[in-house]
Amino acid sequence: MLQVKDAVVRYGAITALHGVSFEVQQGEIVTLLGANGAGKTTTLRMMSGLHAPVSGQILFEDQDVTQTKAHQFSSLGISHVPEGRRIFPQMTVEENLEMGAFVRSGSYADDMAKMYSIFPILKDRRKQLGANLSGGEQQMLAIARALMAEPRLLLLDEPSMGLAPMIVETIFRIIGEIRDSGTTVFLVEQNAAQALRLADRGYVMENGRIVFTDTAQNLLHDERVRAVYLGESVEGA
Amino acid sequence: MGAFGHYLTGHLATLRLEFWSLFVGGVANGFLYGMIAVGYTLVYGVLRLINFAHSEIFMSGGFGGYFVMKALIGSSVPSGMATVGLIVLGIVVGGTVGALVATLLERVAYRPLRRRNAPKLAYLISAIGASYFLFNLAGKEFGRYSLSMPQPYINHPVFTIFGATVQLYYIVIFIAGVVMLFSLDRVVATTKLGRSIRAVAQDAETASLMGVNIDRTIALTFIVGGALGGAAGFLFGLGTGVVYTMGFVPALKAFTAAVLGGIGNLRGAMIGGLLLGVAESLSVVFVQAAYIDVVAFGILVAVLLFRPTGILGERLGRAA
Repeated sequence: MLQVKDAVVRYGAITALHGVSFEVQQGEIVTLLGANGAGKTTTLRMMSGLHAPVSGQILFEDQDVTQTKAHQFSSLGISHVPEGRRIFPQMTVEENLEMGAFVRSGSYADDMAKMYSIFPILKDRRKQLGANLSGGEQQMLAIARALMAEPRLLLLDEPSMGLAPMIVETIFRIIGEIRDSGTTVFLVEQNAAQALRLADRGYVMENGRIVFTDTAQNLLHDERVRAVYLGESVEGA
Repeated sequence: MGAFGHYLTGHLATLRLEFWSLFVGGVANGFLYGMIAVGYTLVYGVLRLINFAHSEIFMSGGFGGYFVMKALIGSSVPSGMATVGLIVLGIVVGGTVGALVATLLERVAYRPLRRRNAPKLAYLISAIGASYFLFNLAGKEFGRYSLSMPQPYINHPVFTIFGATVQLYYIVIFIAGVVMLFSLDRVVATTKLGRSIRAVAQDAETASLMGVNIDRTIALTFIVGGALGGAAGFLFGLGTGVVYTMGFVPALKAFTAAVLGGIGNLRGAMIGGLLLGVAESLSVVFVQAAYIDVVAFGILVAVLLFRPTGILGERLGRAA
């Protein structure tokens, strides 16, 4: 479904990604693990046109999207839930969902109703401003907003960040359901244990390079991953 | 009490006597300020910068309307439907010229800087340069003296309110102002264009992830703000005439109004415009008319000192 080949991304003089290659197959949940500053968010930003690579190639459904602009991605079928949720603070929940459907023509009332059934709390809050939601509600809204574009590939950047364990459970359960309903998921997470339990495959990133990849099951039991990313957090997470 | 008490009671008596006629004139000016102020506030919303060349958008709209009136109005003063048609045409042409100049400004003075991630100061310098260029160009082409606009009607009192007469000219401004400001408010609150303007104002990058074309939205924001500014230029010119420097003072006052209402806040700009117009008009009771500009800019200084976020506060992109 998506192939990234030898992508190099630079921020001015700093090279953030040193030629990364990976792929995502239809129907998978693929997770990208790595420490802070490893290049995970940069990878996602590259995959939705926010930061074009200086070399390398990105193919989505056999179409070259390497230099495609950010605002064209949601109509191609890729939705990006950005780090820190980035809810429009002065729009209501409902308006935020409408923004998610911005590129769609025709009615999307059914999808709105569907989002409210997946995330009932959003229905209760639908007239409230984004700024007044809790972190968990904002994360749910960010995911619902991205789904309003009817993506075939959903990019998630740290959906568990700053949330209480119970809410994280809910979010991860819903990510699983999103995949089961036919949307492919690419998940960037600090919370490696939880991400690997949900994912099919994983990539591990260090200093702007992908250092190894395996099935999620194997990574969960891999010595190197356990030492660096799971450590004591296996119990805690 | 003493001398100051006498001063005050004397002036308050005048104020009571003159209140309604000053109020009516103030509201008319206020609508014009509001129509210009929304241009500042919209552009500030999406770019976080004050378009200091907005005064020249206003001026070009004034000249656009002037040339249409000059071309269409003969020796006899029109009446009836011809008057209505001419006023609407003047507004449309003023607005179109304003929108064109605004588009040009965005393309030439701002977009290249945005591409290079230039610091805010560069935008300010670019705006002042564009402003000087445009008004001197107008001065060179159209002369450096004031031209009175051929009138599409004979201005006369239409009715009285609390003893104050209301001129036809004011009624034209009231109707045009209400229609345009109300439509703008609805466009920004309910349409797809309005949603994209608000989304870019609140978080441009996330807006682009939703499929909003940022460049296009910024260009459209300039067009919308430019259209209202240009239309206001025509309406202003109808009463005062047009001259290449006509933009400076009204636009600076409209900027004051936008700050007074809370820059970035659309309704704030409208309310700020009306408040400033009325305050300025009523102040002639207390100070000589020559000091009227001092009152407006005194308000600007006071707002910046005591409530820099303005009356409604800086609720960026809210606008609904």
